[in-house]
Amino acid sequence: MTTPLEDLFVKTRSSQRAALIGYMPAGFPTQDGCIEIIKAMIAGGVDAIEIGFPYSDPVMDGPVIQVASEQSLRQGTTAREVMATVAAVSELAPTLIMTYWNPIERYGVENFARDLVANGGSGVITPDLTVEESDPWMQATVEHGANRVFVVALSTSDERLKKVSTNSSGFIYAASLMGVTGVRDSVTSGAKDLVARLRRVTDKPIAVGLGVSTPDQAREVAQYADGVIVGSAFIKLVQEAPTLDIAVARVRELAQALSAAIAEEVVRS
Amino acid sequence: MSAPVTSEILGHFGPYGGRFVPEALISALDELTVAYESALADPEFQRELSELHRTYTGRPSIITEAKRFSEHAGGARILLKREDLNHTGSHKINNVLGQALLVKKMGKKRIIAETGAGQHGVASATAAALLGLECVVYMGEEDTKRQSLNVARMKLLGADVVPVTQGSKTLKDAINEAMRDWVTNVETTHYLLGTVAGPHPFPTMVRDFHRIIGVEAREQVQALIGRLPDAVLACVGGGSNAIGIFHPFLDDVDVRLIGLEAGGSGVLTGLHAATITGGTPGVLHGTRTYVLQDESGQTIESHSISAGLDYPGVGPEHAYLNDIGRAEYRAITDDEAMEAFSLLSKTEGIIPAIETAHALAGAMKVGRELGPDAVLLINLSGRGDKDVQTAANYFGIPL
Repeated sequence: MTTPLEDLFVKTRSSQRAALIGYMPAGFPTQDGCIEIIKAMIAGGVDAIEIGFPYSDPVMDGPVIQVASEQSLRQGTTAREVMATVAAVSELAPTLIMTYWNPIERYGVENFARDLVANGGSGVITPDLTVEESDPWMQATVEHGANRVFVVALSTSDERLKKVSTNSSGFIYAASLMGVTGVRDSVTSGAKDLVARLRRVTDKPIAVGLGVSTPDQAREVAQYADGVIVGSAFIKLVQEAPTLDIAVARVRELAQALSAAIAEEVVRS
Repeated sequence: MSAPVTSEILGHFGPYGGRFVPEALISALDELTVAYESALADPEFQRELSELHRTYTGRPSIITEAKRFSEHAGGARILLKREDLNHTGSHKINNVLGQALLVKKMGKKRIIAETGAGQHGVASATAAALLGLECVVYMGEEDTKRQSLNVARMKLLGADVVPVTQGSKTLKDAINEAMRDWVTNVETTHYLLGTVAGPHPFPTMVRDFHRIIGVEAREQVQALIGRLPDAVLACVGGGSNAIGIFHPFLDDVDVRLIGLEAGGSGVLTGLHAATITGGTPGVLHGTRTYVLQDESGQTIESHSISAGLDYPGVGPEHAYLNDIGRAEYRAITDDEAMEAFSLLSKTEGIIPAIETAHALAGAMKVGRELGPDAVLLINLSGRGDKDVQTAANYFGIPL
């Protein structure tokens, strides 16, 4: 059995284009508003969705996601709301949860994988779970058929890239820069080198994230990666919009622009 | 070094410890582990560190017998290991000098540190000045107000102090911000973590730099009374001074090891920082340990009159020592700590740090339980100069 996420990459690879992946924290700006925003992303051409599980100590996130997560948590977002968001959008596009490790451990590792899949989710991105600590997660995801997306960095050695790739499924998340999430002026050349190093050790799909926010940046990444991940740029639009309707419209427009930029490029892997 | 009873395979202490960090930090943690392990085996490094401790820190620190304070502790003999007399006024310098020497070995030029009470920040700024390193200290905005004297000290020593305005604006958030800096600047920067928490190798390495406290004290107590103490007591926030004095006693199974956590307004009120007493196992700041967390795994803000103990996690080795029953952990309320703070000041002429006052309050209880034949060794981890303002407010002394 394959997950909807795996099916997506089979499809985009056969048409030699990159997939567009959009991130939004659950419960932001509100529980229902988040679902509206995600639907707008999908309507605008986003191929797969990452739903963030807001966490009290997001050490890998910059100010944009920190503020959004805090707002969501203040409104009482828990695992229940995160799972409900997955259920609300997973029929429209392949859906992942992105979360720090502690909320999974607290929920119960096995239960988290089970409930994710039961709600139509494809997998989970775990940015602070090292492969050394992942045995229970490997078992739970194999048991329930969920994808495990690990994150690699510019500083990751070739030896570790191999190890992390072996444990990953769905895709491998290549962090484009050394730093936290956020909107950046440019995508570093390091990202391209990292993807090239990954290609030598794996044929699994590779998506690039961190600091990708504009159509130009997306176009550039789409020349060498199987997926382009955009997060903070969408969140910023929501934060700056005076009303939810305006936020929805702006998010759809950005998704369309990013999607169109990516469609112009052929992935040369 | 005596054989530890704790298992340290891959930085684990039973189910605790390990590494829960972004991949971006793995190579730096590996580099640090290698540098540290080679330093452990390098007589030149050890000589350099001992020499610094002798000529700069002021080691060995002395033992003071608190004879008048003893009356308030059931008549038990009270022996104070005077880490407050170290340069910069607390045990923190032991770890800081060790790590700063490692930084020089690794060829990095910039250190970052988190601080709660400011003691670790001051020690880090001091080591940076001594060894010619750039130093940035992250400190919760709330703590910069509670500990303004230490902020000024750090600045006088040439460090940049960055007030952290996110979250609870205390130690936990200072660590978050330091980790974000580290992820971004890891190639040039060393994160000089100030306690026995965080990802491997920090819990092991920081402990080893503080073991000197227990190694010295164990010999000093034996020389003084001809036997080992009945109990060793220390306050526990992250737990660095406690593990430093506990560790050399681990194999002495008749010596009770008692950690005193910050009970704030009382563990039952929810307003406390007693992580082992009132928390549950989880992952925080790169390590698996006891954590104050809610049902969703969100960290609960801790509360304590003592900025240095105001942390919702604890070192993973303490979590393990608790579970296997080798050490015991109790909570001391703000009021109990302040009573002990006042008593030690008035009976011995020693103003302790409010952190340390938790250990003294624990000694008052344990002394009463064990009676006048007992000998208690207490780690007097820091001096109270920095706490004069907080204490004056607490006791209603006009400033």
